[in-house]
Amino acid sequence: MPQTPLHAEHARLGASFTDFGGWDMPVRYTSDLAEHQAVRESAGLFDISHMAEIFVRGASSSAFLDYALVGQASAIRDGKAKYSMIVDLDGNIIDDLIVYRLAHDSFLIIANAGNRSAVVKALNERVTSFDSSEVVDRSDEFALLAIQGPKATAILQTLTDSDLSELPYYSIGKGKVSGVESYLCRTGYTGEDGFEVLFRAESAVEVFNALINAGATACGLASRDTLRLEAGMPLYGHELDLETNPFEANLGRAVKLDRENDFVGKAALKVIAEKPVTKILVGLVGEGKRAARADYPIYASSEATDSIGKITSGALSPTLGYPVAMAYVSPEHSALGSLVSVDIRGTRLEMKVVKLPFYKRAS
Amino acid sequence: MSNPENLKYTKEHEWVLIEGDVATIGITAYAAEKLGDVVFVDLPKAGTATTYMKICGEIESTKSVGELYAPLDGEVVESNPVVVSAPETVNADPFGAGWLIKVRFTNLPELLTAAEYNVLTGEA
Repeated sequence: MPQTPLHAEHARLGASFTDFGGWDMPVRYTSDLAEHQAVRESAGLFDISHMAEIFVRGASSSAFLDYALVGQASAIRDGKAKYSMIVDLDGNIIDDLIVYRLAHDSFLIIANAGNRSAVVKALNERVTSFDSSEVVDRSDEFALLAIQGPKATAILQTLTDSDLSELPYYSIGKGKVSGVESYLCRTGYTGEDGFEVLFRAESAVEVFNALINAGATACGLASRDTLRLEAGMPLYGHELDLETNPFEANLGRAVKLDRENDFVGKAALKVIAEKPVTKILVGLVGEGKRAARADYPIYASSEATDSIGKITSGALSPTLGYPVAMAYVSPEHSALGSLVSVDIRGTRLEMKVVKLPFYKRAS
Repeated sequence: MSNPENLKYTKEHEWVLIEGDVATIGITAYAAEKLGDVVFVDLPKAGTATTYMKICGEIESTKSVGELYAPLDGEVVESNPVVVSAPETVNADPFGAGWLIKVRFTNLPELLTAAEYNVLTGEA
């Protein structure tokens, strides 16, 4: 199983490991609750070097990405980032990604580890009619660290001469972190402020330890999952997959249908956008301490026996103290305040449809 | 954490302390560490009958659900109120304050010794 350049460091810090997207990744170091709390209250550091870094460059690169993705890459200003998706001809989601515009003719796409080959393959198929663009998968050359939390920016600032206050949310800049040339991306997957720092894999141990020594807590993927769930952020393989389109996932805002140029999936998504969806992603909350977990069936009432949906992600929220879940339900049960009944290993739990996210940081 | 010599074990990672005809039961440090932070414990009430290797409770962490298998036939005489109100006790002291239930047993099946359990968890 592939490992990130920090695998030995994680082991040295006492991490337990898990298979994630085909990678042997740290799931926790000591306590996933403590790691979760560190991100909410101070700063946590995640090794996300398993994620894919795909560079697109050339004179036609913005036109190419306008065709390849559901969002409008040409509308992203230099140094800015945009959440987007790559879909198939039927409008179903191959992956969700973040597109960073490095320069007028140069983009960086960060994709999920498990979808790396599917995304690279789709981009390479779609680039053929754009002579002056090239797609370069450089995932193996880079380490990617996410430092997240209310103290993340202050901690990162102690290791760089770049003025981080000049990099607002969803922007990207270049700078040195602990002397190592890096891309500084003000993005994340935790619901907190922070940065994702991309640099050459050879420097991974040095930069990781510099951030730990500056006060960040090493955090594993268990806490990353509960953090993103509280923040209402989808995870590919749970909320998103090849049987789901962006409108069902409540990501219609990322799909730019009202533009001149064609893009892969546009015709299908135009039809889908006009029709009522058959399933819709909602947030659910319950009482007590028992979590509704992925794949548990959902019913209209405690007596009902015909399933109306299923849980995609769920946990006892560490920050809120009650069960939260994301789920697909049929639209007639999706109104805010609707009550549904979830089968938790044979016991029914009443849950209520609420607005996402469950947790929003004080701004 | 090493597995105490005075306890018996199951392949489902429970430990059992035999005192007269009452067995105190918990999950091992190995099991607690594999689960991660325990956030909810569902235990059988006093008076509930237990059957050898049948599920009689659940231990949930943020990431997963662990099942508690009864290591012997008998009747629950007490469940630990401390782990219900403070589930983290299971991680903090799995062989002590984090015990789960006490069962008055009717017969004693063959359980693993500490040495045998160490082999099972690769600690031997």
